[in-house]
This record gives sequence, structure tokens and C-alpha cells, in this order.
Amino acid sequence: MLDHTGFPLEITGETTPMVSFRKVRKSYGALTVLDELDLDIAAGEMVSIIGPSGSGKTTVLRMLMTLEQIDDGVIYVDGQPLTHMPKKGRLVRANERHLRNRRADIGMCFQHFNLFPHMTVLENCMEGPVHVLGLSKAEARDRSEELLELVGMISKKDQRPSRLSGGQQQRVAIARALAMRPKVMLFDEVTSALDPEVIGEVTNVIRKLVSEHNLTMLMVTHQMGFARDISDRVCFFYGGKIEEQGPPAELFGNPQRERTQQFLRAVREAV
Amino acid sequence: MFDWKWDFVWEILPRLLVATGNTLLAAGAGYAIALVLGLVFALAQRTPYWALTFVVREFVEFIRSTPLLLQIFFVFYVGPQFGLRLSPWTSGMIAIGLHYACYLSEVYRGGIESVPRGQWEAATALNMTITQKYRRVIIPQAIPTALSGMGNYLVGILKDTPMLSVIGVAELIHVANAIGSEHYRFLEPITMVGIIFLAISLPAAGLIRLLEGRVRRKLGL
Repeated sequence: MLDHTGFPLEITGETTPMVSFRKVRKSYGALTVLDELDLDIAAGEMVSIIGPSGSGKTTVLRMLMTLEQIDDGVIYVDGQPLTHMPKKGRLVRANERHLRNRRADIGMCFQHFNLFPHMTVLENCMEGPVHVLGLSKAEARDRSEELLELVGMISKKDQRPSRLSGGQQQRVAIARALAMRPKVMLFDEVTSALDPEVIGEVTNVIRKLVSEHNLTMLMVTHQMGFARDISDRVCFFYGGKIEEQGPPAELFGNPQRERTQQFLRAVREAV
Repeated sequence: MFDWKWDFVWEILPRLLVATGNTLLAAGAGYAIALVLGLVFALAQRTPYWALTFVVREFVEFIRSTPLLLQIFFVFYVGPQFGLRLSPWTSGMIAIGLHYACYLSEVYRGGIESVPRGQWEAATALNMTITQKYRRVIIPQAIPTALSGMGNYLVGILKDTPMLSVIGVAELIHVANAIGSEHYRFLEPITMVGIIFLAISLPAAGLIRLLEGRVRRKLGL
């Protein structure tokens, strides 16, 4: 069944994408950040987004996390509309209640970690499970400790974030997001604010997630080597559009579009 | 010319101490009202309802731009015309509480705005409700910033309690003035009031600074 604007009320079928952007548009005043973006991400897929700054990469994640409203189009998560909700057979803009329902599927890690400074590492991880998911303290603690173990931060569980290095904070932020058991994880330039020597500890955690967990992941990154290693697919954004996308070996090894070639050349020269 | 009489001091001290109790009560009660109401005013200005925001902002601006004394007079003397017949104490608490609530709302607002946007976004990413965001994430971080302003206004409200004397609240100045008129001696009572105020204000300011440091450390900032 279609909404009057031509968007389905839900996406069904065996190959329902975990995330689906349909003709999504976003602009700030006269500046168009995203121009009719269509992007499907399959369940369990790891997709990296690369591109020059201002190409709309981060906006894609922020819209999916509902930190920004979209101007047009619809975003679906797990077949259900996220930015809109069905009402009397058509899609209308989602209210806060609908957003709260649908947002539970999505977790996000930020460039600047954004840990809660007034809570310990463990409290940061338990906060969502206890107060949002309604888990008992004991359950939340077990879950959080398990995840802190996974990211190698269990020994710091009683420390405040201000005592930790950037790499350590980011690993805690990953554990905090995972503690909500999202279906989709978003990584927004998670290594960009880190000192070079600690980038590895964060990328290793993400590597581990890719190999051991069946999460759907969407990552904006400037680290081409990392994107090439772990992604199932890489999207090159340019001017608010996907200029080119494909498996990393193809996109990095044999880029078709001139802008992709230029960008990759520039990145290589910068190193 | 300068004849300080200790006998007189001891004689009036009990009355002054009772008045001190009233001053502290007035400051404490007024401050409690201001703390709560101030938060309400601050949060009301952050809702998506523009009409509410507008009304509250203009009200706060109005109160901040007119003298406290006028507001005390207004509640006590003009109130009855609207059927609002209140005792001096009640009128005084309403006026002073409201007045300082407006100042405190600005302090809270500054504190809330000092919390980085990333904290709001992280709270959204954890799918918190708006109430949870404020209670669990934003306000705990806003308080350390707001604390020094909150402390200043605690001392401020204490020093403004003498204004309640004009509507007959038996606080320190009121009582000192009464003693002076009865005995035709103002030197001792008025000086004593000064000393008592100093004896309250200075430790209070010190305690606030101490508390500020502790809270900052406790919150890991």
C-alpha cells in the first residue's frame, strides 16, 4: 500500500533492508546537504561512507539517529518508517512517541564520544538499560560489564571519563551504545578526534564487532585503509549524493568516476 | 560622643536573636520558593510552546527590571484590591520568592546552556525521554556552573530581607528600629544588626564555595 506521496507504509518481503533511505532530502537554507538520497543497507551489512567534508556524510547518520529532521522523503528501519508514521493509510511526520519507539533499533557513537562526565564508566553503560529499557540494576550491570570486557575497558569501570584517554573513552562509548542492543550501529568519525597511537584500539574493537556480531553498521570515516579492510560496501559521497559505491576492492582498486579518482588520489597524497 | 553601652547590648540581644531567626526564616523560605520556581521558569522558556516561552520570558524581564520594594508593596497593599488579603509574612515570601526566582531562572538557564550539545545528542541516541534527559544528564551537569550564581543570590536574598520591614515583618532591621525608637538609642542595635548580617553572610559565602568545589569534584568535572 502506498502513501499518497508514493512511499510505502512499510517495506515487507524476505529481502527487507535493515535501513532504507528513500528520496531523502535535507538542506540548510539554500545549501542542499542531501539531494534525493536512495540508500538500502541489508541486515548485517557493514557500509562505510567516505567523501570530502561537506558532502553530507555525517548528515546521513544524524538523520538516521533522528538528531536532524529530514525535509523530504522517508527513512525506514527494519521495514518500518522511522521519520514518518502511518495514519489513516498515509504517512505523516513522526511524533516523539513514534520516534521513541523506532529509535530503540539504532545506536550511535560520536566523534567526541559524548560520555556523561558525571557518571563512571559503568554508570555510563548502565544508564540506558536501567532508565530507558527498564532492566534491573543487576541485569544492566551484567550486560554492561560483559560489553566493557569486550571493548577491553572493564578494569576502568569505576573511573570517570575525564580520567580516560580519547581511545578509552571511545571504547566505553561503543560499549554504552551496544548495551542498548541496537540492530543498527552508527559510527560517526569515531577516530577523527583521537591521537594516532590510540586509533588502533578503537578500530580493533569495531573489527571485532564486524567479525563476531551480526550487527548492521554504518560508518563515516576518513580512514580509507580501515574502511577498505572491514566494509562490505563503500559509498563515496559527493555534493549530497552517492557518486559511486561498491565493494571496497572495486571502489578503491578501480574507481569508475572521475571525482572518486580525484578524491582517492588527494587522500593518498595527503598521507 | 562615642558611648557604646555593653549593658544595653546584653539587654537587647535576646530580641535581636529572635529577629535573627525571623531573618533566617524569611531568607530560607524565600530562597526555597525561588529555587523551585526559578527552575520552572527556566524550563518553561525551553519548551516548544512559543506562547508560554514568550509570556514567561517577558514576566521574568518585567520582575527583573522593577524594584523588589515595589513588588513587596504591590503584593501587600494592592493585593487586597483583587481579593488577595495576605499576611505580611505571606506577602513578603511571595514577593521575594518570585523576585529571586526570576534571577535564579537566568542562572539555571546559563547552567543548562553551558552543557555541550553532544550531551543532548548522546541522550537522544540512548532514546531517553525529555524528562530523563533533563533529570539524568543535563541538570546534573548544569548545577556546577549554576552553583556560584545560586550562592550569590542566597547571600543577596539574605541582604534583601530588611525590605520586608516596610510591611511589618519582624526581621532584624524592623526590630532594631523598634528598639532604637523605644530607647532613643540607635548605635548599639543598628551596629549589632550589621555584625549579625556579617556573621551570617561570610560563613555562608565560604560554605557555598566549599560546596561548589565538592560538587565539581563529585561530578568529575
